[in-house]
Amino acid sequence: MIQGILLCSLTFLSFAIFVTVFRLVKGPTALDRVQALDALGINLISGVAIFSVFIRSTGFFEVILLIGILSFIGTIAFARFIERGVVIERNQSD
Amino acid sequence: MKKPNDVIIRSVSKVAVVIILTFAINLFISGHHNPGGGFIGGLAFSSALILLFLSFDIETVRKNIPLDFKILAAVGVLISVSTGGGSMLFDVPFLTQAYGYFNLPIFGKTELATAVIFDIGVALAVIGTSITIILTIGDDR
Repeated sequence: MIQGILLCSLTFLSFAIFVTVFRLVKGPTALDRVQALDALGINLISGVAIFSVFIRSTGFFEVILLIGILSFIGTIAFARFIERGVVIERNQSD
Repeated sequence: MKKPNDVIIRSVSKVAVVIILTFAINLFISGHHNPGGGFIGGLAFSSALILLFLSFDIETVRKNIPLDFKILAAVGVLISVSTGGGSMLFDVPFLTQAYGYFNLPIFGKTELATAVIFDIGVALAVIGTSITIILTIGDDR
């Protein structure tokens, strides 16, 4: 029973990832693609969580936090690059 | 032209950096019995530093963390090699590990292994190398 529910939700999550990949490929501007990458990371987090319930293991919980951190930092880096043209600034004045 | 004001990212990253550093140390400590270890702990630590570099700028972070990361990588490699060579002093082969159970004041009975010292060296080398790469590329002068 619970296995069927988990498989069903994994299927829906993969469908959501496919839709996000469509926006990633099609997206007119770069901002759409950055947002699609962020949403894809969040879908990946929930996929890993459901999969770790599915195989009854606690070994993947660090992966969830790590994907969250890396998605956050990657999105901020892209946003800085799009906004200012430079990812890491030299000093505060310029 | 008005200067862009990034108060939200700075306020968020001041909180998030503490959480990421705690998580990095947790990953480093739990490497003996659970997933984790020196490599991924060092990478999570350097990702926290990269978040600082992103939300602030290079000179502010350099002023607040006065640390040469090339020297940090060298110290890490030195620690790893010396914990391998230190085992030769006790007439056992290179990189032999030892562990024992000690009664520490707060933690009670704790297992202490020399693999932790090797892992500290690995983590320092990873932090120093990755931050050196990022800063060398990002510092355009």
